Amino acid sequence: MNGFDMKNVMKKNVMALALLGIYILFIILGFVIKGQNILAPAIVTSLIERNAYVFILGAGMLMCMLTGGNIDLSVGSVVCFIGSVVGLFSVENRLLDQWFGVWEEQVIDGEVTKVLVQHAQPLNTPLAILVALAVGLLYGALLGFLIAYVRIPPWIATLAGYLAFRGLGTQVLTKASADAALSNFPESLKNIFGGSVLEYIRINGEKVYLDVLGMNIPCVLAGVLASAAVIFIMIISRKKKVAKGYQADPKWFVALKCVILTAIIMFFAIEFSFEGGIPVVVLWIGGVLILYGIITEKTTIGRHFMTVGGNAESARLSGINNRLVMFFAYLNMAVLTVIAAMIVTVRASAANSTAGEEYELDAIAACIVGGVSAYGGSGTIVGMVVGATMIGVINQGMQLIGVDQNWIKIVKGLVLLAAVVFEIVSKNSNKKKASKKKTAEEATKQLEDVAEKAAEELVAGTTVEADAEPDVEIPEGGIAISESQ
Amino acid sequence: MAKVLLEMKSITKTFPGVKALDNVNLKVAEGEIHALVGENGAGKSTLMNVLSGIYPFGTYEGDIVYDGEVCRFHKIKDSEKKGIVIIHQELALVPYLTIGENMFLGNEQGSKWCIDWNKTYAEADKYLEMVGLTDSSKTLIKDIGTGKQQLVEIAKALAKNAKLLILDEPTSSLNETDSRALLDLMKKLQKEQGMTMIIISHKLNEVSYVADKITVVRDGSTIETLDSKTDDISETRIIKGMVGREITDRFPKRHDVRIGDVMMEVNNWTVYHPEFSERKVVDDVSINVRSGEVVGIYGLMGAGRTELAMSIFGRSYGIGISGELKLGGRRVTLKSPKMAIKAGLAYVTEDRKGNGLVLSNSILRNTTLANLEGVSTGGIFLDQDKETEVAQEYVEKLRTKTPSVEQLVGNLSGGNQQKVLLAKWMFANPDVLILDEPTRGIDVGAKYEIYCIINDLAKAGKSVIMISSELPEVIGMSDRIYIMNQAKIVGEMKASEATQENIMACIVGVRGESENAESVNADSVGSEA
Repeated sequence: MNGFDMKNVMKKNVMALALLGIYILFIILGFVIKGQNILAPAIVTSLIERNAYVFILGAGMLMCMLTGGNIDLSVGSVVCFIGSVVGLFSVENRLLDQWFGVWEEQVIDGEVTKVLVQHAQPLNTPLAILVALAVGLLYGALLGFLIAYVRIPPWIATLAGYLAFRGLGTQVLTKASADAALSNFPESLKNIFGGSVLEYIRINGEKVYLDVLGMNIPCVLAGVLASAAVIFIMIISRKKKVAKGYQADPKWFVALKCVILTAIIMFFAIEFSFEGGIPVVVLWIGGVLILYGIITEKTTIGRHFMTVGGNAESARLSGINNRLVMFFAYLNMAVLTVIAAMIVTVRASAANSTAGEEYELDAIAACIVGGVSAYGGSGTIVGMVVGATMIGVINQGMQLIGVDQNWIKIVKGLVLLAAVVFEIVSKNSNKKKASKKKTAEEATKQLEDVAEKAAEELVAGTTVEADAEPDVEIPEGGIAISESQ
Repeated sequence: MAKVLLEMKSITKTFPGVKALDNVNLKVAEGEIHALVGENGAGKSTLMNVLSGIYPFGTYEGDIVYDGEVCRFHKIKDSEKKGIVIIHQELALVPYLTIGENMFLGNEQGSKWCIDWNKTYAEADKYLEMVGLTDSSKTLIKDIGTGKQQLVEIAKALAKNAKLLILDEPTSSLNETDSRALLDLMKKLQKEQGMTMIIISHKLNEVSYVADKITVVRDGSTIETLDSKTDDISETRIIKGMVGREITDRFPKRHDVRIGDVMMEVNNWTVYHPEFSERKVVDDVSINVRSGEVVGIYGLMGAGRTELAMSIFGRSYGIGISGELKLGGRRVTLKSPKMAIKAGLAYVTEDRKGNGLVLSNSILRNTTLANLEGVSTGGIFLDQDKETEVAQEYVEKLRTKTPSVEQLVGNLSGGNQQKVLLAKWMFANPDVLILDEPTRGIDVGAKYEIYCIINDLAKAGKSVIMISSELPEVIGMSDRIYIMNQAKIVGEMKASEATQENIMACIVGVRGESENAESVNADSVGSEA
């Protein structure tokens, strides 16, 4: 059997193709309505940066959903809360002064009042990050414990977090500052979660920009290196397969894949190079996506997650610790939420009480549109990225065309619904095809039996256990009948 | 002769690829209690599902003549309208509703839009009295025991004006006293109301006790109908009908298999039910298996075989497990399936779809699932090429019919799924394999192949425990046979000495004694508590 089938490839990448289609559609619409390219390269790169949180939260949400369609509703509120924690400990503020400032009793207008004589010193950046991480881990562990061991349904446990942390975050911020927002973060923090890499170097205290023709050299170089790495990996893995005699994609297809991937990487590399270098956020996104891509596809851990979602009982009897898997899904989500919170806070240059609103829904939507099963057991990082990007493009494209916000919401809702309907319908049609094929196969097999076996055995051969009635067939019974009539 | 209330004429029901019912005929006279008996999967439940309209008209061939007319039921409501009510093995009561609410669920009393609660409860009480239940109809279902719940089900059926009552394994979850009460109620309903009843049961002593006529179903066909007035309806006689196949060369022979030392030994193993914690599901069981040996465990459904196997396999079933487990002579404690796998045990489940395979995953992923260490470096990074290799190897070795190892397991036939399940556990490289109903629901050709695999395993020095409720299979495949009944091992014999008759004798013979023994047990448990 020839393993390569163009139809299958198209099927597998249907969402990516849809994304491409939507992208082109918006470009055309932009020219028609606005007379300009509304999705120019610069806009696309800013879209990626702005949606960084979706990719990072989406990776965590993917892990949760793999375990059986479980979601985490609290991530948006936790983003807000973690932002407030970071602000609290890394910026001078009222609350910190109240706790750690130096106060003196003075007599003013005949009354004894406490007066702040020295502000509290905020923590340095690494410590502030550690505190935020610790808070996140603590929450994740608690949540994981409640869900995996106390068996609270995830959406309820996280709904509690959704409510509580929004309140807690807002409370911290209102106590800490008059306008319920903390800003003026230290540069060191901003550089870890924002800005660009190697835009310039300092020689003798002077900034030397690493530009040629307005393009940042390290950025272009990184793009070239990344492209080379991708091509190298592709070729090596194909060679390995061929050497071992496994099915391998034809050479031209590998080449095509290389060209497409290289083009995407270089597109971004060149775009970013015009804007001062690789954004730190992109490194964070890249790191997280590659790490979780490897975990889900290439490790036993990922396999455990998928199996628990595919059939929890079967997983348990195969020696997988279901509860531990659930626990880690939510612990992991909390860690990624901390990263997302940092990025979002730094990008907004402030921690405020509206930060992270509806982020949980964005992350869930990215997964669903990206083909992650709403019932668990299957889904990929690549799919989630495509889903996130698609929602981002639709959002941005419609905004730029001038569609009303409310209509954008309606369209986004419909896209989400369509993605799930698509998943389920295509799954069902696969099943039906398979069961038809199965029937045919078994029928021929029985014919063979007839030829081989004695008549009395044949009687036994056509018998079956009632228990063996395919579960699948019963719900589909209605359809099957109408077809046969 | 009484009027014939129901006649099912040459019913044939086909599922994709297999005939579940083949030309079945059943005649039930008005006012009689008619028992349907047969081995697991003989087609009893399928037949009743055809009758009650769960499998609608058109999906089967043949006629259902009820009360003199040919019926075409498209859904359960249609058959209920005619007075045919089925009570399923798993009770369909809502735990947090009252008895009364449950009884009239879907049949609410009052006007079209408004439920008349006074009438509901008054009616409910009336029917409860009829079945001899003294609890108030306002009691929540969760607060009454399984025995009483079964009575509520019957009252519910009566409230629907049932003329023909079908009880599917009504006593399977009841203890002796409750069972007897239920059977007596059936007799009472028959006498006082002339109710016609069909009872499906595995408990043959109950069948002999209650039934006027007994129809034996085997391999999707009705074999014979026995009349309690004219025929011998002893358990032995019924069993003869149930399993009356000849053991032919359907079982491949094992040659040159050296039976070695005791590989696994279980002593005084006792397990309690996870929900009804006072019920023993495995009672003081001691078994052993040697390397290269195939040990059969025979028992009817509900005898405690699966519970025994799963509790041994890393305590994956049951609570309050006590007893001694020795592997290779060393005493071990296995607290989780993971530990059990590490220790060299494998449990190949009877429910391959439910807890064996991940149907939405490929053959490849299912094959390596129980031994991911074997295909990864450092237990973390999967070597996907090696996985493919392994899956491919087992597909070839077990002759699994599939286009590729990437095929989703859900798309395979039962026999091939079973092979994937076996491959999964063979790859885990265990010393002891517990196969729970390894040939359930697969056709004869595939069965033969599974038997060959079992023989190969024995040849390779593995210990195999094969749980089965098919007598010919147990006798044909095992070296030694344990017979299990009502949570106990009631007999052990060499396969060479085993016949269907003496295996059945173990079950029948001990049944009388075990009733006494059980009451003693119950007393001792009670006094301890």
